[in-house]
Amino acid sequence: MSIRDISKEKKDMVSLSRRSFMVGSVKTSLLMAFGASALPSLLSAKEALASKTFAPNVWFEMDTTGKVTVNIAKAEMGQHVGTAIARILADELECDWNKVAIVHVDTDPKWGYMVTGGSWSVFQTYKPMSQAGAAGRQVLVRAGAELLGVSESSCEAKSGFIVSGSKKISYGDIVAKGNIDKTFSADELSALPIKPGNKKHLIGIGNDYKALDIPPKTDGTAVYGIDVEVDNMLYARPILPPTRYGSTVTNVDDSQAKSLPGYKGYKVLSDPSNTVEGWVAILASDYPTAIKAVDMVKVTYNAGKTVNVNEADIQKEGERICRDRNEGTLFVDEGNIVEAQQKAANTIEAMYTTSTASHFQLEPVNAVAEFKDGKWHIHTGNQWQGLTLPAVAKAAGVSDSEVVIHQYYLGGGFGRRLFGDWIIPTVLTAKAVGQPVKMLFMRPDDAMFDQPRSASTSLFNAAFDESGKFLGMEHALAAGWPTLAMAPSFMPDGVDGKGKVDPFSASGADHWYTMEHHRARVINNKVAQETFTPGWLRSVGQGWIVWGLESFIDEVAHEAKQNPVDFRLAMLDGKGKQAGKAPESVGGAKRLANTLEILKSKTANVKLAENEGIGYSVTAGQERTMPAWLATAAHVHVDKASGKITLKKLWVVADAGIVVHPDGAMAQMEGSLLWGTSLALFEHNEIKNGYVAKKNLTTYQPLRMKDVPEMDIEFVESDEFPVGLGEPGVIGVAPAVGNAVYEAVGVRLRHLPMLSSHVTEALSA
Amino acid sequence: MIEFILNGNKVQTDAAADTPLVWVIRDEFGLKGTKFGCGVAMCGVCTVHIDGNAIRSCSYPVSAANGKEVSTIESLNGEHPLQSAWVEEQVPQCGYCQSGQIMQAATLLKSNPNPTDEEIVNHMNSNYCRCMAYTRIKKAIKRAATSSVEYFDPNASKEGENA
Repeated sequence: MSIRDISKEKKDMVSLSRRSFMVGSVKTSLLMAFGASALPSLLSAKEALASKTFAPNVWFEMDTTGKVTVNIAKAEMGQHVGTAIARILADELECDWNKVAIVHVDTDPKWGYMVTGGSWSVFQTYKPMSQAGAAGRQVLVRAGAELLGVSESSCEAKSGFIVSGSKKISYGDIVAKGNIDKTFSADELSALPIKPGNKKHLIGIGNDYKALDIPPKTDGTAVYGIDVEVDNMLYARPILPPTRYGSTVTNVDDSQAKSLPGYKGYKVLSDPSNTVEGWVAILASDYPTAIKAVDMVKVTYNAGKTVNVNEADIQKEGERICRDRNEGTLFVDEGNIVEAQQKAANTIEAMYTTSTASHFQLEPVNAVAEFKDGKWHIHTGNQWQGLTLPAVAKAAGVSDSEVVIHQYYLGGGFGRRLFGDWIIPTVLTAKAVGQPVKMLFMRPDDAMFDQPRSASTSLFNAAFDESGKFLGMEHALAAGWPTLAMAPSFMPDGVDGKGKVDPFSASGADHWYTMEHHRARVINNKVAQETFTPGWLRSVGQGWIVWGLESFIDEVAHEAKQNPVDFRLAMLDGKGKQAGKAPESVGGAKRLANTLEILKSKTANVKLAENEGIGYSVTAGQERTMPAWLATAAHVHVDKASGKITLKKLWVVADAGIVVHPDGAMAQMEGSLLWGTSLALFEHNEIKNGYVAKKNLTTYQPLRMKDVPEMDIEFVESDEFPVGLGEPGVIGVAPAVGNAVYEAVGVRLRHLPMLSSHVTEALSA
Repeated sequence: MIEFILNGNKVQTDAAADTPLVWVIRDEFGLKGTKFGCGVAMCGVCTVHIDGNAIRSCSYPVSAANGKEVSTIESLNGEHPLQSAWVEEQVPQCGYCQSGQIMQAATLLKSNPNPTDEEIVNHMNSNYCRCMAYTRIKKAIKRAATSSVEYFDPNASKEGENA
């Protein structure tokens, strides 16, 4: 599948694919399902839904008590995605929210291509789920009217009842008595009336409405991948080789481990998919024995060639390829930046860098693999089954149809659980030992096998005329590319046709400012690429790209002797390509300007003490085809003696269109702002001798409760198409903090995270 | 043979003396509500009570539990005021750390039924939440605090959304 296919798939979902929709009574339930485009024409909806040979894509069903069960093909990792999707449906279906339940489904091909990432879920499902709900409502109105003996036009659907004057019948009773059999063609479905896109219409506004996945997460009953057990399974812990790639095992000596009761030997893994190289799996009848045995088994290797690579080598290569204009490919090329630079009276240049950063999701990666009834059954929490399943099948030496991935709650996703590479050593171990295996990574194993956010290098150059007017910008940006490592077929061509672009290491450089001359060149850092698997980490490329961009925009504003906020507002004029498109970016840069205007007035009267400042940024993550318009401000205090930066308060004004789950959106915004804070001021994991140096939380130290700043989050009332919110809040924090430090003490910080040593060095320079 | 009380029941295990308690609770006795995170007592997802104190079961040898009372999230039966406060405040995101957060917070409220913000932060700072639901954790603890007397606090006006 190419990037075009996936974006087409995305659009198809948004505009509702050309699929029919069936509503039919089956036994004592009412099933509602999207059918294949060629629904067997000889079957009615009822017959098709009841047929065992025809596998419809059942999205939801209703029983005789009116309980609605919604099937969710998205991974639950804290974003309450099932609740958001169920709410979109329930709003149109007009069912009783207290009777809505969700079920997370496994990887049956009928669910279509499965991926949960990119903050896409609500964006993709809003329209089809709205229309499916509207179809269900129409059918229930018709059946209810018949049972009540009244005209359809006198009926209204209301909170699980069909009401006509003083008469009413519950949905459950309609299901019990009804004989429903209705198929909507794709055209009929898209012609159904959907409620106006005003979020006040959504169920629960003003009511005390809760996310469906939260109660089991407060009493210990929520089941995560790590909680799965199957009969007769062995426990396994891997021993990782001295490099991520290219190491081979030369000898294994387990003589000491043999004395451990419960030790069950080891397997040297051979992986046809080349995901793991030089791995040894230690087996035991219980996990503590596997932990111990790993320390008692001596493995010798021929180490891979990256065994001596350090962070400085990656940064050195990053600077080299940013400065060499023959490297990489163009992602943006507007106007003529070369000519603008030649004519310029003045130019400024700045290089921004970020350190390698780790996921450290609190549930270490793990899986259970069992071969049963001719298929590999995998039990784990995974975000991108569409990408993972074929790789697992290849490693196991079977076809895709012989692998089923059973989904569980994810103990943190953040991008680490997109490509489920940990399943591969699990299935290889189970295959080698001929028995079900539960492989669990101890924390240092997980940290070494992480797909970290690559260190990055961004070089900016701005040109000005004699009057000091800003003419345009050249931007070169380099990092290890996750999409190249894990999903290369998803990479589109650059605009100059010189090569491929990882959109997740480029988006953000195509900003919403109107600039006459603007070039962005993206380059893959091969030293990073060969040393580790670069990962998608919450907010992906935007997190490091826009840190540089929005810091440099401040530098440009100061060089042009303008107020950074007003300088931004002037460039957010919504002209030309920045005007936006329907449905996803209606209003374009004007909506981004609106958020900044609101933020500007909110922060106008904040009192600042000595060595304090407020900095601003604007962001439109995750991509131009799905922008969440955010303006962020940070109020910092800088201690000049120690260099310590204290983030006192964050403000965000967000326009994300219709917000389908307001409290969930608020939770995502709170969490993502703190992720942004953590990546701005705390998290870094430099590569040392081929691996991240910090392998546990003793040394890797994300933000804790005592570091939480005050937060003021405001959503703009909007009836525009809903966009994703899981990641975009991360992006603007680091540049707002950096710009605030400049306002506070006049030093420009150009490396993430911003540490106190950077401040003291800059102050004494 | 090691013997201890687990959620009110006497249990025995043949596990090696140095086995971290978390594996005995999870894999031998099947109580999966207690999680495993870092293995070095730095994250708190494995927090349980031993004789009423919050401890990190990943770094606590099972032999040290001999003769003691061990309580896990399951012992609260979903009836602890913190658990309903967690739902009211919609605290959990991925939820993986929340058993540990609740067990940690329970010992605070037991000794200090009406903690200040600072006391909450000091008590909870050693528990990581990777989703960073920290503001809601703090709010939920305040909600669950058992004080029936409300004092007027002129500095409390800023609380609410972002307390």
